[in-house]
Amino acid sequence: MAEQIWGYRRPDGSVGVRNHVVIIPVDDISNEACEAVADKIPGTLALSHPYGRLQYGEDLELHFRTLIGTGKNANVAAAIVIGIEDNWAKRIADGIAQTGKPVAWFGIEGQGEIETIRQASWRAKEFVQFATELHREPVEWSDLVVSIKCGESDTTTGLASCPTVGVVVDRLVDAGATVIFGETSELTGGEHLIAERCVTPEVRDRFMKTFDDYVSFIESQDADLFGSQPTQGNIAGGLSTIEEKAMGNIEKTGTKPVMDVLKPAQAPSVKGLSFMDTSSAAAECVTLMAAAGAVVHLFPTGQGNIVGNVIEPVIKLTGNPKTAKRMAEHIDLDVSGLLSYEMTLQDAGDELEKLMVRTTNGRATSAEALGHKEFVLTKLYPSA
Amino acid sequence: MHKFLVHKRGDHVGVVTSDIERGDRVTGVFMDDNSAMEVVAGQSIPLGHKIALVSHGDGEEVVEYGQIVGVTTQSWSVGDYVHTHNIRSKRWS
Repeated sequence: MAEQIWGYRRPDGSVGVRNHVVIIPVDDISNEACEAVADKIPGTLALSHPYGRLQYGEDLELHFRTLIGTGKNANVAAAIVIGIEDNWAKRIADGIAQTGKPVAWFGIEGQGEIETIRQASWRAKEFVQFATELHREPVEWSDLVVSIKCGESDTTTGLASCPTVGVVVDRLVDAGATVIFGETSELTGGEHLIAERCVTPEVRDRFMKTFDDYVSFIESQDADLFGSQPTQGNIAGGLSTIEEKAMGNIEKTGTKPVMDVLKPAQAPSVKGLSFMDTSSAAAECVTLMAAAGAVVHLFPTGQGNIVGNVIEPVIKLTGNPKTAKRMAEHIDLDVSGLLSYEMTLQDAGDELEKLMVRTTNGRATSAEALGHKEFVLTKLYPSA
Repeated sequence: MHKFLVHKRGDHVGVVTSDIERGDRVTGVFMDDNSAMEVVAGQSIPLGHKIALVSHGDGEEVVEYGQIVGVTTQSWSVGDYVHTHNIRSKRWS
């Protein structure tokens, strides 16, 4: 971790590696207005999504936490919030404004949709011009929040791409960075390995409660995850059971202590490695991690998951030589040399570290170059 | 050149790293100490799929990564192809 990295330091001290201006809909019916603004003002991103009406309780809290956290993410230079009603738009904008970055909010009901688009477009234009005058400066690895999650796993994930990420996660933690992992269902059969690494008995208890609550929820649905975990893609790649998949998954968390257990989209409050309670579905999981402040994502894949994210660059690596060829346009780093022993794990870690430096400094990942902008909210239960 | 890798000594299965044909005598490497072993493949096994390193009866626990990753649903012998047709999760049936 000797290379100098360059990022955008925001008013609250957080460091981003991208410089987005986002237009955030509070609710599903405000997507059109947000997209109209983004169509008019190049350089802005509309974060359309299907929710935000008649949610309640923990599900509503998660909705606010995700949208506020997305706006607060250090990869975002400025944000506009548009909702049908004033009060929720203002609540989200106020949350984002705590970072000191420029934020504006608009409610459609009081003035009409076309007038909202007109006013929001003016502010979006100002925000784009503001953002384009910001410059990268030298920053430290300890400034970064990094997220990790794998997808379309196969047995090469556990042999090569996940251990490569594990090497880099250990280096990041040693350098003082913050790293988030999640995927509650994909720890099944290996949860004791994570529990053993929890830094205190209190953290261990919270981790096991999170895991046990998840298992109880599945059972309360009178269901199990057979047929979903592992997926058909996992099975085609040679994974036979959820426990085997979990072992590969856990390889990417490295060897450092687990410092904290986070709710979905909750920002880490301590440096080092934290666990977040998330779905294992790629786009949902990365969206929650970006909402928690992650600015770069490391994504090991076996059969070739093509996920990206609208807020944070997703770096994809594979240890499967067939995937590296078949899905070449999506693979940022091929570590299949680990299978043939032509490459050591330290070599692979060095290659991934170099790619992280280039990505952090501005190089587009494959997912970015291909236009992948996934933004998928997690919904806990039906709306009222 | 090895054709499969084994995560840990004591594991019951190895992971095939380049396609194996039935009857091939193949070498595997243990990733924890780099020692080698030889097995004759009972079936053709594609890259990423597993080969048995021990013989097992029905209902026995299967170890990989030094951890229990499932149970057998039928007996198998050294060199056999191991996948969803002969092992299943211990958690979910």
